[in-house]
Amino acid sequence: MRMIKFLLLAILLAPFVAHSSGQEVKLDKAPIDRADKESLQRGAKGFVEYCLTCHGANFMRFNRHHDIGMSEDDIRADLIHTGQKTGDLMEAAMRKKEAEGWFGVVPPDLSVIARARGADWLYTYLRTFYQDTSTYSGWNNLIFDKVAMPHVLHHLQGWQVLEPGTGNLVQTKPGTMTKEEYDRFVADLVNYMVYLGEPHAPYRRELGITVLLFLFGMLGLTYLLKKEYWRDIH
Amino acid sequence: MTDSGDNGKMSGRRRFLLVATSVAGAVAGAGVATPFLRSMMPSERAKAAGAPVEVDISKLEPGMLLTAEWRGKVVWVLKRTPEMLDNLEKLNSQLADPDSQRDQQPPYAQNHTRSIKPEILVVLGVCTHLGCSPVYRKDIAPADLGSDWLGGFFCPCHGSKFDLAGRVYKSVPAPSNLVVPPYTYLSDNRLLVGSDSKESA
Amino acid sequence: MSKQQNSMMEWIDKRFPLTITWKAHLSEYYAPKNFNFWYYFGSLALLVLVNQLLTGIFLTMNYKPDAGMAFASVEYIMRDVDFGWLIRYMHSTGASMFFVVVYLHMFRGMMYGSYRKPRELLWLIGMAIFFVLMSMAFTGYILPWGQMSYWGAQVIVSMFGAIPVIGDTLSNWILGDFMLSDAALNRFFAYHVVTLPVLIVVLVFVHIIALHETGSNNPDGIEIKANKDPHTGLPVDGIPFHPYYTVKDIFGVVGFLIVFCGIIFFAPEMGGYFLEDNNFIPANPLHTPDHIAPVWYFTPYYSMLRAVTVNFLGVDAKLWGVILMAASVVIFCFLPWLDRSPVKSIRYKGPYFKFALTLFVISFFVLGWLGTKSPTPLYTLLAQIFTVIYFAFFLLMPWYSKIDKTKPEPKNVTK
Repeated sequence: MRMIKFLLLAILLAPFVAHSSGQEVKLDKAPIDRADKESLQRGAKGFVEYCLTCHGANFMRFNRHHDIGMSEDDIRADLIHTGQKTGDLMEAAMRKKEAEGWFGVVPPDLSVIARARGADWLYTYLRTFYQDTSTYSGWNNLIFDKVAMPHVLHHLQGWQVLEPGTGNLVQTKPGTMTKEEYDRFVADLVNYMVYLGEPHAPYRRELGITVLLFLFGMLGLTYLLKKEYWRDIH
Repeated sequence: MTDSGDNGKMSGRRRFLLVATSVAGAVAGAGVATPFLRSMMPSERAKAAGAPVEVDISKLEPGMLLTAEWRGKVVWVLKRTPEMLDNLEKLNSQLADPDSQRDQQPPYAQNHTRSIKPEILVVLGVCTHLGCSPVYRKDIAPADLGSDWLGGFFCPCHGSKFDLAGRVYKSVPAPSNLVVPPYTYLSDNRLLVGSDSKESA
Repeated sequence: MSKQQNSMMEWIDKRFPLTITWKAHLSEYYAPKNFNFWYYFGSLALLVLVNQLLTGIFLTMNYKPDAGMAFASVEYIMRDVDFGWLIRYMHSTGASMFFVVVYLHMFRGMMYGSYRKPRELLWLIGMAIFFVLMSMAFTGYILPWGQMSYWGAQVIVSMFGAIPVIGDTLSNWILGDFMLSDAALNRFFAYHVVTLPVLIVVLVFVHIIALHETGSNNPDGIEIKANKDPHTGLPVDGIPFHPYYTVKDIFGVVGFLIVFCGIIFFAPEMGGYFLEDNNFIPANPLHTPDHIAPVWYFTPYYSMLRAVTVNFLGVDAKLWGVILMAASVVIFCFLPWLDRSPVKSIRYKGPYFKFALTLFVISFFVLGWLGTKSPTPLYTLLAQIFTVIYFAFFLLMPWYSKIDKTKPEPKNVTK
C-alpha cells in the first residue's frame, strides 16, 4: 500500500515537476494584474491604436469589452475608429494581401497570442527590439531573431542597439516615454492581451468557486450516505 | 428501487440521507443542464448579425414600399397616401382583429394605423400563417381579388389577405395581423428597426 | 411498491426483461466486499465517457470540420457561444482525464492480476477499448487545427509511411491527399464523432457484460464464487452491487468531480499539458514549431519511437521505432499468458514481481517525461535504457513470476 500511495502522489505531481524544468530563454516577469480594469482599459486603447492597424483580433467583438467596465459609448469613443458596429469583430485595418507585401508574412491574429506565447514572453518581446541594419525592416529582437515585425513603438521607447560583446541593449536616442512609463505601457498592453486570450477567465474562476463549494458539500453528504449503507456490511 | 439491506424497513437516518443526496443530485443535474441548454441560444455572432438595422426613408414616395432585412426576415416600410389611410376605416367589418387587440405589435403601434407616424407602416413581411412572404397589391379591385379590394397584401401560398395596415381579413388561413417589429425614429428620415431605443444603434 | 407500480412492472416485464436485468446486473449482482480505492476507476471511466459523448455532441453543433474554418470555429465556441468555453473545457479536460482514469484502471488490473484466468477476454476487450480510446484522442486532437494538431498528426501519419512497399500508398490513402489537409481533417472528424464513439460504446457494453459473467476480481485476487454459503448459495464474500457499490461509486464520482472541476475552472490548460501552448497558433503547413511533443498521454510511446537510432537486421531505425511503439501498447494484451505466478494479487506475490512492477511504473513515467522534451544525446540514452526496462517487465515475466516467492492466498477476502 505504501508503494501505491507513493505512485499516486507521483502521478499527481508529475506535471508540475516536469513543467518547472522547461524554458531556456530568460524572460522578464510581466507585472500585470488581471483584475485591474483601468490597466485593461488603457491596454485596450493602446492595442487598438498600435496593434490593430496591422494585426487583427478576429475572434473578439468590440461589445465584449463590457467585461472590463467599458460602456457602449466608451467602446464607440475609445475603441472604434473605422465605423464598425459594437457587435463587430476586431479586424485589422490593413488588408492581408497588402500586409504580406510589406512584411513578407501576414501579421498573426492576436486574439489568442497570449495563450500561445505567455504574458512574460510578450512583455519581454515588446521591450527588446533593437536596430539592426542586417534585417529587412531594420529591426531585430532579442527573443525573436529576425522577426518580420518592425518596432512600431520605437518613438515611445526610444531607439536601442545591441552592445557588442555584452549582448545588452543600449539606448541611443530617447523616445517620448521614460523607461518606467514605457514598461507600464507595455504591461497594460500585455495585461489586455492576456484578457483578450480568454475574456471569460474571471467569470470562469468565479463560477468555479461556487461549483467546488457545492461539490464539497455533496462529498460530505455522499460520504455519510455511503457510511450509512455500509454499516450493514461486516 | 431503494430497498434497504436485510430488514425491509429503512431507518430514518438512511431515508433522510437518501432524500438529501437525491435533492443535491437534482440540483447538480439542473446546474449541468443549464450551460448546455443556454449554449443553444443565439450566439454573440447571431446577436451581432441580428442587431437593429437603420433604414433610410428619405427617398420613399407616397404609395411606395421599401424592403429591408432584419434578423433574416423581410421588413416592409410603406409610405401610405391619404386615400390609403382613409380606406383603412372602411374595412373594419371585414377584418379579424381591426383594433389590434392581439399582441402582434409594440404598444406604440397599437392604434388604427398600426404605426408611430400615421403614414409610415413598418411590418415584418412574413405571413402569420406559415411564413411565406405576401405580395404588395396596391391596385384597387383587381379581377383576382374581387371588387371590394382596397389595396393590401396578398399571400400567394395559401391566399391570406391583409390590409394596408397589415391587419388580417376574416375567413383566411392566417390567424393574426402581420407583426410590427420594435422600431424607432433616429431622425425624420432615418428609422431604426429592431430596437425601441436610440441607444443600441 | 404500490399496486399500480407492480402491475406496471408486470406489464413491462412481459415485454422487456427489466426486473431480470436490474437484478442480474445491480441488485443481485454480487461483488466482492473488499473493493478499495482502486476500484473507483471503472465507474469513473464510464462517467468520463458519458461526459465526452455529451459535451462532444454540443461541440459538434458549432464546430466546423474545414481547414479554413476549424480554428476559428473553436474560438467561436470559446467566445460567442454562451457557455461554449465550459463545454469545450469539459471536453478537453475530459480527454486527458479519460487517460488518467483508464491508466489507473489498467494499473489496478496489473496489481491485482485481474487479467488472469478466467478474465483474459475481459482484459482483451479492455485493451480494445484502450486502442479505440487512443484513436479517439488522436483524431480529436487534430480537430482544433492548431500547430500541434497539424504537426502531431503529420508525425503520426508519417509513421505509416515507414511500412515497407505499401507505406506511401497507405499514408496517401489515410490522408486522402498527398499531405495533411482539409480532406484528412474532414474524415478524421467523421471517425471522431461517428465511427469511434459507436465502437467505444459497444465495446464498453461488451466489457461490462463480460465482467458480469466472470464476476469482479478483488484486491486479494481470490474467486468469491469458490466460497458460497451452503444455505443461500450466495458468495460469502459478496455483497449486492446495488445499493452498496452504487452509493460508494457516487461518493467516488463526487470526489472525482472535485478534481475534474478544479482543472476545468482553475487550470484548463493544466500548465500546457492538457491544452498545449502551440495549439493556440493556427495550423501552418509551412512552418513546424520549434518543439513538438504529443499530448502527455502519448509521450511514453513517443519516447520509445524516438529511442531507436540504429538500423538493425537490415531494417532501418524509423521502422524499428514504429514497430517498437506499436509493440509497447500491444504487449499489454499478452499479460494473461505472461504471468505464471500461482497467485493473482500483488498482496501475495513475491519481491521479484513487486520490484518489476515498480521499475515498470518508473520507466513509464520517465519515458513519459522524456517524450515531452527535445531529444538530446543524454535523453536519448535514457529513453533507450528505460525502453529496455519497459519491455523487460513483460518479456521476463514468465520467469520471474514463476520463481518468485509467493505467500499463500487466504480463503476469505481480507480488508
